Amino acid sequence: MVKKNLSKKLNDKQILRRGTALLLFILFVVVPTKTFGQENSDCFGCHDDKSLTGTKNGKTISVYVSEKNFTKFVHGTVPCIGCHVDLKDAEFPHNEDLKPAKCGGCHKSEQELHAKSLHGKAIARGDNLAPTCKTCHGGHEILPVKDPKSSVYPMKIPFLCGRCHQEGTKVQTQRTIHQDHIVENFSESIHGEGLLKKGLVVAPNCASCHTSHSILPHTDPASSIARKNIAATCTKCHVMIEAVHRKIIKGELWEKKSHVLPACIDCHQPHKIRKVFYELGMANKDCMSCHQVESLKSSKDGRSLYVDIMDYDQSVHNKTACSQCHSEVNASHIRPCETITKKVDCASCHANVGDEYKQSTHGILSAKNDPNAPVCSECHGTHKILSKKNPESRIFPTNIPSLCATCHREGEQAAVRYKGKEHGIIESYTESIHGKGLMKSGLTVTATCTGCHTAHRELPHTNPSSSINPKNVAATCGSCHHGIQEKFEKSIHSSKISNAKNLPSCNDCHSAHKIKRADSEGFKLHIMDQCGRCHEEIAKTYFDTYHGKVSQLGYTKTAKCYDCHGAHDILAISNPESHLSRKNVLKTCQKCHEGATRKFAGYFTHATHHDPQKYPILFWTFWGMTGLLVGTFVLAGIHTLLWLPRSLKWKRELEQKMKDKEKLINENKEPENKEDGTDA
Amino acid sequence: MHREEEQVLRFSRLNRGLHILMIISFISLSLTGMSLKFSYTSWAVALSHFFGGFEAAGSIHRFAASIMVIVFITHIVDLTRLKRKEIGSWKKLLFGKDSMLFNRKDLEDFIGSMKWFLGRGERPEYGRWTYWEKFDYFAVFWGVFVIGSTGFTLWFPEFFTRFLPGWFLNVATIIHSDEALLATGFIFTVHFFNTHLRPEKFPMDIVVFTGRMPLEEFKIDRPQEYKELVEKGELENYLVEGYPPIVTRTIKIFGWTALSIGFFIVIWIIYAMIFSYR
Repeated sequence: MVKKNLSKKLNDKQILRRGTALLLFILFVVVPTKTFGQENSDCFGCHDDKSLTGTKNGKTISVYVSEKNFTKFVHGTVPCIGCHVDLKDAEFPHNEDLKPAKCGGCHKSEQELHAKSLHGKAIARGDNLAPTCKTCHGGHEILPVKDPKSSVYPMKIPFLCGRCHQEGTKVQTQRTIHQDHIVENFSESIHGEGLLKKGLVVAPNCASCHTSHSILPHTDPASSIARKNIAATCTKCHVMIEAVHRKIIKGELWEKKSHVLPACIDCHQPHKIRKVFYELGMANKDCMSCHQVESLKSSKDGRSLYVDIMDYDQSVHNKTACSQCHSEVNASHIRPCETITKKVDCASCHANVGDEYKQSTHGILSAKNDPNAPVCSECHGTHKILSKKNPESRIFPTNIPSLCATCHREGEQAAVRYKGKEHGIIESYTESIHGKGLMKSGLTVTATCTGCHTAHRELPHTNPSSSINPKNVAATCGSCHHGIQEKFEKSIHSSKISNAKNLPSCNDCHSAHKIKRADSEGFKLHIMDQCGRCHEEIAKTYFDTYHGKVSQLGYTKTAKCYDCHGAHDILAISNPESHLSRKNVLKTCQKCHEGATRKFAGYFTHATHHDPQKYPILFWTFWGMTGLLVGTFVLAGIHTLLWLPRSLKWKRELEQKMKDKEKLINENKEPENKEDGTDA
Repeated sequence: MHREEEQVLRFSRLNRGLHILMIISFISLSLTGMSLKFSYTSWAVALSHFFGGFEAAGSIHRFAASIMVIVFITHIVDLTRLKRKEIGSWKKLLFGKDSMLFNRKDLEDFIGSMKWFLGRGERPEYGRWTYWEKFDYFAVFWGVFVIGSTGFTLWFPEFFTRFLPGWFLNVATIIHSDEALLATGFIFTVHFFNTHLRPEKFPMDIVVFTGRMPLEEFKIDRPQEYKELVEKGELENYLVEGYPPIVTRTIKIFGWTALSIGFFIVIWIIYAMIFSYR
């Protein structure tokens, strides 16, 4: 009846419109229902009943599924048979003992990863403790990952994993799990703290490192926690870690040679990661299990491999794990050290020092495998490296001279190689102001060997970059004697002022190893010879004057070079600022000669009577006096020489006369004596 | 007991005393001065230290110089006394027979000596003073003037450079030093030979200390003077007794000391000039 009425009232257009609507209805509503055959409503027809039970593996279980709830969850619009694929086209009532729901129909890649994972393989083995998708994600009531109520919400993951991986669980007790107290450790770690206490959802949870589905043992090369992959795993969050760890692991080696470098977990133990290094890597215990044996010896060369843990505990490296230095260890070996091929490279942490050392003579020789070349350990020791501030340390200032002396003392290996002029270096140093300051006065700020030669970059003075190269000496000494350096660099002796070659630096006057107090008599006298090494002529003429002569006698009270010219602030006499410029010379003389006048300053302090051009008066005075002297001596000499033979003859004649006379007297005396005798 | 042979008095007590002071001051000046002049030798260094350092040596040098100047002045004063009391006039003092000034007799003696040295004559009959003694006498005048004046300038350089140029100190140094070298060299060689070491006086003549000479020696050494004294009948006035042995022994010890120091200085100077001159 309705159709009749309609057909009467509708025109052609109306018929067309209604036909389209009908077609769409059939397409979108009727067709799908017909395609799946079994609608969810068919399933809920039975399963929405709370009392509905079924059996699985012979056990009676509830098979109730709330239709109202199901539609709220992430799979709410997915047909039941999309997951329960074995029920497709099944007759009602279908079989019990269903197969597990198939997630891989939609989540194919996750399914595959899981199948290859530790968990998936365990399932394949029939391990009933192995987790399926449902174990973690739940069954019908799966929430989106981003929903805080989801069981796989980041903050929940530690608890999710911890359901199996914590102390006392079947998994932990019955399966081989290498780590213990995983959840506790994690929750105390910086990651756990961030995630659980601070609510940082970006903080890593278990899955961040182990992945969600592709969980593999660390021994599996494909594992995200395999040794070679750890760096990549950690750097997912810790980008530019090389910059932070540049002192530990140099640049690209981090990526390219991760097998020779310590992996993140060697220092930052898994699950226990803190902001600070861990006290003892687990590895130390492993290492010490062998190396604490005193009789342990190398099978190659028989050297002792015993490590005294007391040494290590006292050392500055007691927070550094064995494997951080002995970096080639491989934890996957029973003897992790058997992969070690090279000696400890301290430069992997002490990169700057290592670079300096390589440039030094020590380092260059060492690179040539010279047996005499000292390596780090020869100065610093091995396991008992102490801080340089520790008086017991081999590199405590007071111990440095004797440390260097082991090779540089006369006759030792370094001294034998040395072809220069400095000899008895150690003895000289000990007697020097620096040596006395250090050894006798105990001044640890005093210059030691390394103070001038540097600790790691010692080079011969001929090397332009050496701290003791003439160009650099002033700066080296100036590191302590800064005020002197400032003065010196303004003086005529500084290369900054003068273009002359062979300019003196500190050591040319003060010596290198025999440096004395500048106010000591010995130094004051010695310094004149030092000036004279370059200023030969002028020094000679100085010694012709009263000042020089008294100095030569070993007295320091008369003016010496530096008293007039200045010491470090010496300038050309032509320079108005010089102590000897016209402006200043009188003041300089008056330092000693209080009543000096300007005429007094006209005294030639470097007078010589051998230069007729420069000092004609002195020249002629000298030769006048010499002429007088020579003339007098020649005349008097001739007189005397002529006189001598004549005088000898004269004496003989006189003696002869005396004898004759005595004879005569005796002859005359004889009778007299008789008379005398009779009188008596 | 037979007394010492008769002796002739030749030097007054004052002159003997002045000569002793002269020796002491001269040797002191030599030692301290040479230690500075030859400061580059080890003996000079040792000597300087022996005197207690260059400052002490300098003080000794100045003190000795003052003594020598005093000796010099005393002698001049004594000459005026001599003129006033014994001779009467400057003319007699300067041009008389026994004057220290060179005269005709000295020229004759010198020529005679040369002849004698060359074997062409007899030994001249020397008188009161020989020409070489007069030379030594005036050498002291010259030396005291030259060395003394320059030394004084160097003693007070700040004062003298108020009116003298600074370089004068350099000149003074050269003159002082070289003249001193001449004086020491001359005294310790020529004077020593002429007076002490010539064979007939060897090893030393102590007449300048005792002031007297044995008559027999006097007759031979100064025949002219002896003859004159005998002719004038004045010889008796000069005859005196000799000193007891203890005195002569003391004098000889002093003489040996002075001679030895002189020899050492000469050896040191020669050593310095030959082996370490610079």
